Amino acid sequence: MTMFKRMPIGAAIGLIVTVVLLFVAIFAPWIAPYPGSRVLGGVWEPASAQYWLGTDNLGRDLLSRMIYGARITVFIAVSATALAFTLGAILGFMAAVLGGWFDTLMSRFVDLMMSIPTLIFGLVVLSVLPSTIPTLIIVMGLLDSTRVYRLSRAVAVDINVMDFVEAAKLRGEGTRWIIFREILPNALSPLVSELGLRFIYAVLFLSALSFLGLGVQPPNADWGGMVRENREGIVFGIPAALIPAGAIAALAISVNLVADWLLNRTSDLKGGRGNA
Amino acid sequence: MPKEPMPVTDKPFLDIRNLRIEVTVYPPDDAPRDIVIVDDVSLALEKGKVLGLIGESGAGKSTIGLSPMAYGRGGVRITGGEVWLNGRDILKDNARKKRKLRGREVCYVAQSAAAAFNPAHRLMDQVVEATLKHGVSSRREAEKRAVELFRKLSLPDPENIGKRYPHQVSGGQLQRVMTAMALCSQPDLIIFDEPTTALDVTTQIDVLAAIKEAIRDTGVAALYITHDLAVVAQVSDEIMVLRHGKTVEWGKTRQIVDDPQETYTQQLVAARHVEHGEQSPDGTPLLSVKNVTAAYGGGSVNVLKNVSVDIQPGQTLAVVGESGSGKSTLARAITGLLPPKEGSINFDGRELSSRLAQRSKEDLRELQMIYQMADVAMNPRQTVATIIGRPLEFYFDMRGKERDRRVAELLDKIEMGSGFIDRYPAELSGGQKQRVCIARALAAKPKLIICDEVTSALDPLVANGILKLLLELQKEEGVSYLFITHDIATVRAIADSIAVMYRGEVVRYGPKSQVLSPPYDNYTQLLLSSVPEMEIGWLEKAIAGRKMAAAGN
Repeated sequence: MTMFKRMPIGAAIGLIVTVVLLFVAIFAPWIAPYPGSRVLGGVWEPASAQYWLGTDNLGRDLLSRMIYGARITVFIAVSATALAFTLGAILGFMAAVLGGWFDTLMSRFVDLMMSIPTLIFGLVVLSVLPSTIPTLIIVMGLLDSTRVYRLSRAVAVDINVMDFVEAAKLRGEGTRWIIFREILPNALSPLVSELGLRFIYAVLFLSALSFLGLGVQPPNADWGGMVRENREGIVFGIPAALIPAGAIAALAISVNLVADWLLNRTSDLKGGRGNA
Repeated sequence: MPKEPMPVTDKPFLDIRNLRIEVTVYPPDDAPRDIVIVDDVSLALEKGKVLGLIGESGAGKSTIGLSPMAYGRGGVRITGGEVWLNGRDILKDNARKKRKLRGREVCYVAQSAAAAFNPAHRLMDQVVEATLKHGVSSRREAEKRAVELFRKLSLPDPENIGKRYPHQVSGGQLQRVMTAMALCSQPDLIIFDEPTTALDVTTQIDVLAAIKEAIRDTGVAALYITHDLAVVAQVSDEIMVLRHGKTVEWGKTRQIVDDPQETYTQQLVAARHVEHGEQSPDGTPLLSVKNVTAAYGGGSVNVLKNVSVDIQPGQTLAVVGESGSGKSTLARAITGLLPPKEGSINFDGRELSSRLAQRSKEDLRELQMIYQMADVAMNPRQTVATIIGRPLEFYFDMRGKERDRRVAELLDKIEMGSGFIDRYPAELSGGQKQRVCIARALAAKPKLIICDEVTSALDPLVANGILKLLLELQKEEGVSYLFITHDIATVRAIADSIAVMYRGEVVRYGPKSQVLSPPYDNYTQLLLSSVPEMEIGWLEKAIAGRKMAAAGN
């Protein structure tokens, strides 16, 4: 428990915000005061006791939509990041350990993928495929995994030449033990910091896609989609678009505060139990 | 600026009184606290004299050594005492005055010259930098002086060596260039922090001789920090023995070497005496390396040339040579990490396939390896239980209680209790780390263990303990060792046979008594004569008696 006792204030704020957002995302149907897609009042009503954050461009309760939006945003971003890391890290480690043609083939393929701007690539793919949530997750996960692959491979190449990995190879250990037991625990620090960053990129990427109309399809909406729905209001001085935008920023900052703190705790290169 | 008052003549020019140095540690799961790393140390040094500071790692040698520059490395704080230099207490000086002192009155020679030079600048620019910064002389004069120093330190081509970059000279040369850098601004005091520790014995002797001569000719005072008593006995007038940040003994070099008063000093002087009777190499060898030639990356430069050696069951073959002689490459060829171009390796009556991937689990189990750097040879994120337990799981399929019992047994064998079972490598001392590596090798019940410089990163007393342990284990388990080292003293202590390697070839090979008795070939003579002996005046004798220069000089 000392781990939490000596937590820096920034990390504590980040952790609280992240936990609250996750809680809201998970229990959305029980928390939200109204169903997310029902038209209840007038267009862009100001905040009131009935509608805490006011209503949106179609007269739906903004708070309820924010809560359901959190669910969709977090779910898609988490799944896409998880996919990106599983795929990217395992392939990156394998490339580093196996080397040879596997490494060359994978690395050049990743270079090829990375030479195409992510957003444009995503737009092209999603304009062909139907914009369902599984497609979104897979497209986002695959695109992000190229970044994770590069990082994992770079980190693992350095670890792979350490004496303890050589000792494991001399013992006759298979690739699986070397990747998961020798390399992975020592590569966690950079990966964790990357995880925070990648998660946020996923949220932003999803928001960008939704903003352009290729992401989550109506009547569902993630936060990015909600910014799009309410963007015309800004001209009339109505802040409805700023609330989801602020939520995206808050999530981005808090997750990174937590990731930084985790990184500090685990980044002791000498290993062992980590520092405070 | 008013001139500093001249020191009273009977006062030494460097006088450290009751020095106390503290550092804040941040133990995991505990509040930060201050610990004292140097406690009440006093020393004095006269102009032109050399004081040797000696002790094992963590004794506070370097920390004390840096105090005449009013500098604490890595966040240590000088919290008590006085450091009088040239008649003033430099600890009371402000930052500006301290900057004037560093590199002008006091200069520093670091252990690793390779890491201390900026690889992007030419040597000459770095050598004269401090001199110019302090405005001691013009660039032309400084460079002239540097060339003179290069000559004095017997560097090759002294006129032009300054135009080279650090990677273009050898390690021993770089160390001498750094000595020239320290001497260039004509300081009153030089701090040598283990200047020869990272060098080969054959190179060390040249650097030592050069440093000694330069000190004598320039009349500079010096603090010489090292863990090797034999080295410090060659260069210093007085020796101070340190342990745990406290002074153990301080006296004239002759007194410390010939008549040590304290038990700890006596141990240091007596270190390296490990008894081992030689066994004759009869019968069928366990490992037989025949005409092995190997090169890296399939290249044309052969790192091993036609090497043949045998190891008998239960005996030790020591492979000796300086860095670059191919010792470690021989180990890599035997383990299969570097498949040889030609030749064969027979082990226990069968031929080992040259590639690691094609060897059977049994081959791998019977041939284990211990590394020089124990801290990188163990996964920092695994506990001792996993590190020692994994070979048991892997080779013998031992699990759960059975495995834990065997791990405890092995810990007992290496003279560490089962209390270490949950420790991470970072929580062990250097000697303990090496012991755990030995236990990991033993866990596989091997027939041969390759020991690659296993004691060279350790303090002499700790190294001695490891050697004794290895010999004991050999008696109990009948395991053979291939012992790679550059240290003849270690070889004398544990070998049955010796192979001397030089530039990829075995130049001398046979039973220990035969290899270590005359007549010697030139290289073996050089190697033997380069090992510092605990005898005053050894350095001059050794330099005079040499037949050839070191390869890596």
